[in-house]
Amino acid sequence: MRKGNVMTATQPAAAPGTEVAEQPGATPAPSAGRKPGGDARETLYFALRNPKVVIGSVVVLAFLLLGLLGPLFLRFAPMDYAGPPMAPPSADFPFGTTTFGQDVFAQFVAGLRSTFLVGLLGGGVAAVIGMTIGFVAGYRGGMIDELLNMLTNVVLVIPGFVVLIIINAYLGVRSVPMQALYIGVFSWPWVARAVRAQTLSLRSRDFIDLARLSGVGVGTILRREVAPNMYSYLFMTFVLLFGGSILTAASLDFIGLGPTNAMSLGLMMNQAVQWSALHLGLWWWFIPPGLGITLIVGSLYIMNVGLDEVFNPKLREM
Amino acid sequence: MLTLDALDKVYKTGTFGTSDLHAVRQVSLDVQRGEVVSLIGESGSGKSTIGKMVLHLLDSTGGSITFDGRDVTRLGFRARRDYYRKVQGVFQDPFSSFNPIFKVDRTFETLRRSYFPRVSGAAWRQKLEEALGAVTLEPGDILGKFPHQLSGGQLQRLLIARALLLDIELLVADEIISMLDASTRIDVLNLLGELKSRGLGILFVTHDLSLGNYVSDRVVILYKGRVVERGATSAVFDDPLHPYTRDLLASVPHLDRTWEEVEAEESRRSARLAGRCLFHEALAAQGRSLGEEAAAGSASGTADDVGLVEHAPGHFVGCFRKAADEECPAG
Ligand SMILES: Nc1ncnc2c1ncn2[C@@H]1O[C@H](COP(=O)(O)OP(=O)(O)O)[C@@H](O)[C@H]1O
Ligand SMILES: [Mg+2]
Repeated sequence: MRKGNVMTATQPAAAPGTEVAEQPGATPAPSAGRKPGGDARETLYFALRNPKVVIGSVVVLAFLLLGLLGPLFLRFAPMDYAGPPMAPPSADFPFGTTTFGQDVFAQFVAGLRSTFLVGLLGGGVAAVIGMTIGFVAGYRGGMIDELLNMLTNVVLVIPGFVVLIIINAYLGVRSVPMQALYIGVFSWPWVARAVRAQTLSLRSRDFIDLARLSGVGVGTILRREVAPNMYSYLFMTFVLLFGGSILTAASLDFIGLGPTNAMSLGLMMNQAVQWSALHLGLWWWFIPPGLGITLIVGSLYIMNVGLDEVFNPKLREM
Repeated sequence: MLTLDALDKVYKTGTFGTSDLHAVRQVSLDVQRGEVVSLIGESGSGKSTIGKMVLHLLDSTGGSITFDGRDVTRLGFRARRDYYRKVQGVFQDPFSSFNPIFKVDRTFETLRRSYFPRVSGAAWRQKLEEALGAVTLEPGDILGKFPHQLSGGQLQRLLIARALLLDIELLVADEIISMLDASTRIDVLNLLGELKSRGLGILFVTHDLSLGNYVSDRVVILYKGRVVERGATSAVFDDPLHPYTRDLLASVPHLDRTWEEVEAEESRRSARLAGRCLFHEALAAQGRSLGEEAAAGSASGTADDVGLVEHAPGHFVGCFRKAADEECPAG
């Protein structure tokens, strides 16, 4: 860590807009601001030396591995009546059992899977919608921009969570992917706005005009010229969407609007509360899912702060 | 080769495009092969807007653009691609012309993917080195570098080399040397001269009168989106007619004459032209009275009023009012 700090102190902190002509052969300046592609190895170097990024990703990866590999070691399905009811953690049941003798660990592992699935799908849907709308609105401008802006604002002012509750209540959510889709469809507006603003400022740069003078189409320009300048930002956006989707899903599950055919961490807490685990002192029933969600979402946010420092050299010194 | 006829550009500004900004008014000019035409005007006069309309980076609001006799005012994507094989541009800020996160080679690679997908690697390399040679750059010094590792002059020449890869016939050069050091300016200027002798037409956009004088065969003086005077460089610079051109020329030092001489000549000219308007005099001489003209003008917009008359062969001048909404000094 010390070494990392010494390294950063010697880097010139050039702001993105103030590039000066350097003599040929001078050392390349560090990727300033939104310039991750400048040197991917360098970015990785700083990422691996940023404690926030390292700790955050280790925690998230550990839970992911547990979710992926856990089922290989399980002897019971989440809903099986596997053992004695209300048994505290033991060698047989590492997280104890529920009022009905279900294996809490088996439920936890299954819940982790849905948690990551919701994060990935919900975050993915929101990212795709938000970025597409942001890119197109920012790049095309004019009427298209105004229409898309209107759409964004409409979705933005819709109280998404309330709508999700209504959708869930009326349509019923049977599967995790369905839930993720609904969440994604309502959480993209801020992404669209941010991406639009950045695209707008990039669009006025001459290299975009030169790409057009190279006879290249809009899609190619967005993909090859605009988006690469925002990769770090897009990545951070996805991390936030990922965490946000998990949290929303957990809240919905907790109030009893979760998927009906799957186990999730929020659902576990919902059941724990329903069967008065709190009063009965069955702490092993609600602590693991609660702590799991808190740790995963918390780590994602910490990771995001760390990534900000990695991508923005001005923050690296801190 | 390139002809602009009564080109107009109105920007929609304000929320929901409620207010209009008339950035270019009825601009007509032409550029021939092997000729440099300077478009001179102060900042905000609409030079870049004209350049971008010629390059189809902006849509024009009215008027027409013709290239080799073909109307190219509106072009679809395919037609625009073909147009860009012949017409290219270089812009003011070389650092903004390159994507800062990529090596400069990528600019050429984009062109290759788009226009020369079947050219072999070796042949392309050869072509690239030729183009770099033409702008006096060493491929070894340039390729594989990031934009911030090169100087503005090198980048600007790289962009000209990029245009040359396409065998262009017209280059729109928008203030390409205003951001360069004095030492590299002359290289780029000489390069333009060289391109001209190869038969390229160049629309040279500048706010710097002396640069316009140095490189161009003909000049177009732009004021607030309107062409106030145009003609052969020597004609306009030796005998400026429009009040704006005269002000502009009076404010730059002349190397070959003393200040007093210039002062004296300008005051003689001012005395001769004071309170007159050669444009309206010429119209009147054509048998149309000022009264009729004014009536026609107010009836059908100001279309006639922003035109030019040929004062001397090849030397055109517009109405002597400055801004489009002012009164003509001749009343
Ligand atoms: N995209 C735009 N939207 C609205 N107004 C613009 C836009 N681009 C330029 N303008 C306005 O048009 C006028 C001419 O601008 P420009 O062509 O850039 O002038 P120049 O290149 O001669 O400095 C200026 O008043 C400028 O503010
Ligand atoms: Mg300009």
